[in-house]
Amino acid sequence: MAYRKIVAGAVAAAALLGASTATFAATEISWWHGMGGRNQEVINQIAEKFNASQDACHLTPLSKGTYEEALNSGIAAFRASEQPNILQVFDAGAATIINAKGAVIPAEDLIKNAGHDFNREDFIEGVRYFYADSDGKFIGMPFNSSAPIMYINDEAIKKAGVDAPKTWEEFEAIAPKLKEAGYIPLVQSQLTWEFTENFFSRHNLQFATNNNGYDSVKGTEILVNSPEHKMMYSKLKSWYDDGYFGYFGAGWSDNQKPFEENKVAFWIGSSGSFGGLQKSAQMPFSATFLPYWDSVEGAGTNTFIGGAALFAFNGKPKEENDCTASFFEFLTSAEVQFFWHKSTGYVPITKAAYKLAEESGYYQEVPQAEVGIKQLMLPGGEWSKGYRMGFYPQIREVMEREYNKIIAGETSVDDAMKTIEDEGNKLLERFAKTAG
Amino acid sequence: MKRVQFSSASLPYLYLLPQLAIIVVFFYWPSVQAIQSSFYLEDPFGFGSTFVGLDNYTDVLESSSYGEIARFTVVFTLLVTFLSLSLALLFAVKADAVLKGSSTYKTLLMWVYAIAPPVAGLMGVMFFDMHIGPFLEVARLVGWDFRIGLNYFDTAFAMVVISVWKQIPYNFIFFLSGLQAIPKSLREAGAIDCRSGFRRFWTITLPLLAPTAFFLLIINMTYALFDTFGIIDVVVKDKAANNPITLVYKVYMDGFRGGDLGGSSAQSVILMFVVFVLTIFQFRFIERRVHYN
Repeated sequence: MAYRKIVAGAVAAAALLGASTATFAATEISWWHGMGGRNQEVINQIAEKFNASQDACHLTPLSKGTYEEALNSGIAAFRASEQPNILQVFDAGAATIINAKGAVIPAEDLIKNAGHDFNREDFIEGVRYFYADSDGKFIGMPFNSSAPIMYINDEAIKKAGVDAPKTWEEFEAIAPKLKEAGYIPLVQSQLTWEFTENFFSRHNLQFATNNNGYDSVKGTEILVNSPEHKMMYSKLKSWYDDGYFGYFGAGWSDNQKPFEENKVAFWIGSSGSFGGLQKSAQMPFSATFLPYWDSVEGAGTNTFIGGAALFAFNGKPKEENDCTASFFEFLTSAEVQFFWHKSTGYVPITKAAYKLAEESGYYQEVPQAEVGIKQLMLPGGEWSKGYRMGFYPQIREVMEREYNKIIAGETSVDDAMKTIEDEGNKLLERFAKTAG
Repeated sequence: MKRVQFSSASLPYLYLLPQLAIIVVFFYWPSVQAIQSSFYLEDPFGFGSTFVGLDNYTDVLESSSYGEIARFTVVFTLLVTFLSLSLALLFAVKADAVLKGSSTYKTLLMWVYAIAPPVAGLMGVMFFDMHIGPFLEVARLVGWDFRIGLNYFDTAFAMVVISVWKQIPYNFIFFLSGLQAIPKSLREAGAIDCRSGFRRFWTITLPLLAPTAFFLLIINMTYALFDTFGIIDVVVKDKAANNPITLVYKVYMDGFRGGDLGGSSAQSVILMFVVFVLTIFQFRFIERRVHYN
């Protein structure tokens, strides 16, 4: 039968063709992330550089929208066994993915299994613990790391005749002068990250039981209802009432905008905002560390990293995992880190990359770019390395709701913190049940 | 009357099959899954799920924030439904009465419907934007310090206005065609018997519009409950904080952003139940008063 022969021939040809392309083509790996705009362009450039640097692997990055959307697309894909090789997960989602035992291969194991060297000491202090387990082993590979820093409107402080404050006490003293000069003295863009999570880091205060949640998910309780933290929010509220603190809702850019428009003296933003600000700010600006309360004993420690890390999903063939490992190696190389740092404003995560940036004279040119990494490299304390709490994105939503109520005068600081504590602990308890 | 018979007994079922398959795959199957997972507590990655009985339901119903969201959803649904129906009816009656240039009026009133919902939401949000919104200027003139995103009432106000604005053209089209279907002879007979136009509207026009109005009532309630999701999302800009949200948005926040599948499934089952009861109520008690033909 001629027909059968043709089919058999076609099948054989196809098989041959398939086999031959498999031997020559590079191993395909995929990377899902949650970045858009300028940062997405830079990610695509990094992928192109990686693909051009070798021909064994081919990396395809894909934006899944926001951080939350990236995490949830990754989870849905994992459940359908269609997971990408690499997933970007943001700080608040870290507990979700790290506690799902077996979902990811620890970055450290992945790199070692592929035959590369791995040394934790190569990374700067501030990024070393947040995405690691309690023994310090890297689960996620830190990628875009940022710190909350204070941007200074140079025109405003000149007009008011004041210096940028190092502490909140100093800020209180100069706020009336700034107001008189016609500026809103202070705005911020994310209370949860800048005035709660990093408040605990900056003041070396315990944020949650069980070693800030790192040791176990069982019985972890959130400690927002502490006198120092309540004091911070009472101050923010009274500053708001006195016109020293401007608040434009929970959205990030609504609060950034007045600073760009030269209406605000100090804005607490991300070190990663720097690239965008350079284009949008209508006045000269500089930057300094996130202020702290001098009155709190032991304050002034470093802050932990915000931003996100890359996680290698489990259940992928060895050759793909090896490609992922090569990409992690490539990504943490000093040159790529410096390129990323310069293009986006996120901090370089390795000591070598920081050194390269210093030696290139980049910080003489733009000193603002160095503030974030310097803040991360400040001496650390027992409680400054970050936190690990499950269902944390939902706990943040509770905080956002209560903080807005405080500012709008719908609740008192005491009641709000009690509510966050109660609802937060309930969520942590629920998470412990799912992870147990 | 002549009865139409199919040649084979199984043929009608065959014709129904595609429709049934779609309903099963896209409605019954997910519903069963939702009901099932509402009794389990599961980690997001699906490694382990524990049967927890009704815990998810009690957790949801006991939380104070859920009650507040439910109350807002009721108020929001009633306001949006009432305002978009009554304003559309008013416009339809007035447009129907216009003799000169009526098609211009009609087109102007209808064209908003051609805007895609997210675009409409975005336009609405820009209208109320805290930095560039023209509405804020107007509010300031009358001494209203409008604070969208921070003040609960102001944000709710903006949500209702945008939702109603988006829905009016749809209702307008239906009301207008309903009005045009009323026989001229009936209107003329009414005009001879009664001089009050208002009374004629209540006794003749409105009862004849009732089938349309009933259909729109159900559509508008569903719209306010579910389809306003996009508008709410752009108004709160991804951060609900203390702003009003509806139950559907809460399901999305907990399930899709928070990764709590059990809790979010329980919420969607509750919502399904509410809609079920509402639909039965509408058909049993309101439809009785509606006369078709």
